[in-house]
Amino acid sequence: MSWIDIGAIDDIPLRGARKLRTHLGCVAVFRTDRDEVFATGGTCPHRGGPLAEGIVHGRAVTCPLHNWVFDLETGQARGEDASIPTYPVRVERGRILIDATLLRRAAA
Amino acid sequence: MDKQKIVVIGAGMASGRVLEHLTDAAPDRFQITLFNAEPRGNYNRIMLSPVLAGDKTYEDIVTHDDAWYADRGIATRFGEKVLRIDREARVVHGENGAVPYDRLIMGTGSNPFIIPLPGHDLEGVIAYRDLEDTQRMMAMGAGKRVVVIGGGLLGLEAAAGMAARGAQVTVVHIMGHLMERQLDEAAGYLLKKSLESKGIEVRLQANSKEIVGKDGHVAALRLEDGTDLPCDLLVMAVGIRPNVALAQQAGLAVGRGIHVDDQMRSSDADIFAVGECVEHQGAVFGLVAPLYDQAKVLAATLLGEDAAFVQKSLSTKLKVTGCDLFSAGDFADAEGREDIVFRDPARGIYKRLVIEGDRLIGAVMYGDTADGNWFFGLIKDATPIEEMRETLIFGPAHQGGASADPLSAVAALPPEAEICGCNGICKGTITDAIGAGATDLDAIRATTKASASCGTCTGLVEQLLQVTLGDEFVMPVAKPVCACTDHTHEDVRRLIKTMPLKSQEAVWQELGWKTRNGCHVCRPAINFYLLADWPLEYRDDPQSRFINERKHANIQKDGTFSVVPRMWGGLTNPTELRAIADAAEKYNVPTVKVTGGQRIDLLGVRGEDLPAIWADLNRAGLVSGHAYSKGLRTVKTCVGTDHCRFGTQDSTGLGVRLEKLLWGSWTPHKVKLGVSGCPRNCAEATCKDVGIVCVDSGYQIGVGGAAGMDLRETERLLDVATEAEAIEVTTAFIQLYRENAKYLDRPYKWIAKVGLDWVRERIEDKAERRRLIDAFELSQSIYRKDPWAEHAATRAADYAPLADLTLEAAE
Repeated sequence: MSWIDIGAIDDIPLRGARKLRTHLGCVAVFRTDRDEVFATGGTCPHRGGPLAEGIVHGRAVTCPLHNWVFDLETGQARGEDASIPTYPVRVERGRILIDATLLRRAAA
Repeated sequence: MDKQKIVVIGAGMASGRVLEHLTDAAPDRFQITLFNAEPRGNYNRIMLSPVLAGDKTYEDIVTHDDAWYADRGIATRFGEKVLRIDREARVVHGENGAVPYDRLIMGTGSNPFIIPLPGHDLEGVIAYRDLEDTQRMMAMGAGKRVVVIGGGLLGLEAAAGMAARGAQVTVVHIMGHLMERQLDEAAGYLLKKSLESKGIEVRLQANSKEIVGKDGHVAALRLEDGTDLPCDLLVMAVGIRPNVALAQQAGLAVGRGIHVDDQMRSSDADIFAVGECVEHQGAVFGLVAPLYDQAKVLAATLLGEDAAFVQKSLSTKLKVTGCDLFSAGDFADAEGREDIVFRDPARGIYKRLVIEGDRLIGAVMYGDTADGNWFFGLIKDATPIEEMRETLIFGPAHQGGASADPLSAVAALPPEAEICGCNGICKGTITDAIGAGATDLDAIRATTKASASCGTCTGLVEQLLQVTLGDEFVMPVAKPVCACTDHTHEDVRRLIKTMPLKSQEAVWQELGWKTRNGCHVCRPAINFYLLADWPLEYRDDPQSRFINERKHANIQKDGTFSVVPRMWGGLTNPTELRAIADAAEKYNVPTVKVTGGQRIDLLGVRGEDLPAIWADLNRAGLVSGHAYSKGLRTVKTCVGTDHCRFGTQDSTGLGVRLEKLLWGSWTPHKVKLGVSGCPRNCAEATCKDVGIVCVDSGYQIGVGGAAGMDLRETERLLDVATEAEAIEVTTAFIQLYRENAKYLDRPYKWIAKVGLDWVRERIEDKAERRRLIDAFELSQSIYRKDPWAEHAATRAADYAPLADLTLEAAE
């Protein structure tokens, strides 16, 4: 895996998210109340809502457009037959590292 | 093969249990020798209290008699002290000769702790430990006076036993309540009351100073405060100490007790210890349950099986007739713990359950302990109790899957049972009120105060209504805020005010939220309630707001935003218009539109550009129009007396003044105002949340209008004569709405629930109006500011992507 430093964990508000621009499109990087960090596709499969702008609760995010709720670990939409991609991400000494191989390979 | 030689020192309950296991499992494998300093075998020491009380005889409590030992081929050396252990030669030396061992079991038990008070060696000062002590106490009858030092389990059993024989007993206890290790204060209080009713005097927080003797015999206990308590017998029941003398002499590792590992093995691989003499992971043991566990483990170890001793939570019952008491687990107050308390003062019943998460971790019961073991089972097994939480305290009779019926539990309560803890209202008072015509929750609250404070008993009161009225009572279909809670919006608002709760964590915890931190439905509501009720203590949490309010712009379906600067009362000027035009060009705004609220909307602004466009607009004096918020939107005006030939008052000026006063405030839903200068109503004020129509005689203030999914005309709240009063009434109305409405109820929906009369009464009440205005002003001292300026200056980075990996050089 190739890990890329994308910023400090404190750059994301607690129970919040930021977006990450990639060749694959927008990726949302989430930080939960317990400092867990998740990365998922940034766009809601329903009507394209920006998931990085949703309310983060527990380990889930609610899309700001029509309240679809996604599990951040699995990417599965609750009660819907839909999901968003998830990407490996980890935190080391306060820095967020994302596995960029997936993103690059898809871009190639 | 030769039998393995086992020597056991001490015939107590633990070692006795080991012998049972060994001889049951492998009758012919061991050659066992049992030493005991007492001239008898194993008896059930914890049954000494019933012997003392006369309920049982010594013969009743003998566990192993001579025949039992003979049957099992155990050689007994009773009444013989062990002098020393020769570990090298593996021999135990008794007073009457040596016995070799392959394995040695130390079951030396404990010694009662004797406080070294002056006079402790006087005749008539005893402990409560063995049959001899018990027999001394049994001699105390009518006309004898006894002092017991120690208000713990053993001391109280001794006291009660002697009192039952007619002795005059005083219990002296150093702590603030009896049995402080097993009971909380409430149960300790009930226990004391009950003992006192048996004629036992209880002195708490009493320090003993010395034992006064006469002719070598105890005469009295003298307390620190100088009181003398005359007595013929003094019983010290203040605790026990593991008896480690022999182990120490043999050079085994000893702390408070003989150190053992999980297999009950001492520091010598061939020597084991069990019972009250051991120390395992820093703990020593006095109750019987863990001793039996140890015995099981030790027997298994000796039989070559795998076993490990694990310390578990314990339960306690007091063996005193008439004092029904039970305690188990951990019931100290601590963060994250929650109590369920049931009190029935008339019957002297107290039950308290301590819950942590969805597990029962402690139980204290007094007066009715029938369900004690059931609760203890829930504690030991860490059973999830969420499902039965509501009826848990009523015990197993009210559980059982689908048949769990809180109604029958309520029906079964005696009239004296307390329902409302805050106001001390019992069931009878409520049923009387129902009989007198209080047939709904509000009427019960008004007549009895039950459920009017913290509201935790609301469910119980409603069940009482249902039980009492039957079909006449229609249980209100209380709709919870969301799946995270069973509380309604109204409950949550009330509890936030009354408990009080001033943080999200407090709400999640105290109101038993089922989720970690809510969801997109409840969290924005809770955030609003907290900031509306506690403007100084609680800070608005952007992460609990919908995107529009977090980013101070309206998200559009393509993910871009719309930007609407404020135009006070719909007024603007060339500088502002120029700035708007410049911004529209600079940021490639695709659509510029005039809104229904008399201002200009820039649609299609990219999220990243928001801080920059705001900064540009700010420079021309434009601020956020809050077109995105559950808060004050616009104040629509007509031109009024300045230009209009029909205008009766300065409607534009009033609109501007109102908007400058109210802007920035958060409300349960959006709030739109309109001020028309005459009844022709060009500002369409009569379909606004607050609509003011100016007339010659003053101002007609209507509220509760809407022109959205519902079309509503305002209803007249008040007519006032002056502009100042119109502003006061409007402010008070908005604050009343902020304090009371459910999140996402527009004013017309809220008014429909509480009634316009109620609203009017509050606003007409001069003191209340003043309070409302002051409360609003206090909140506005925090929120009357431009969020655009703040975000552009300090949080612009948040609007940009965290990183842009498309810019990374290709590898």
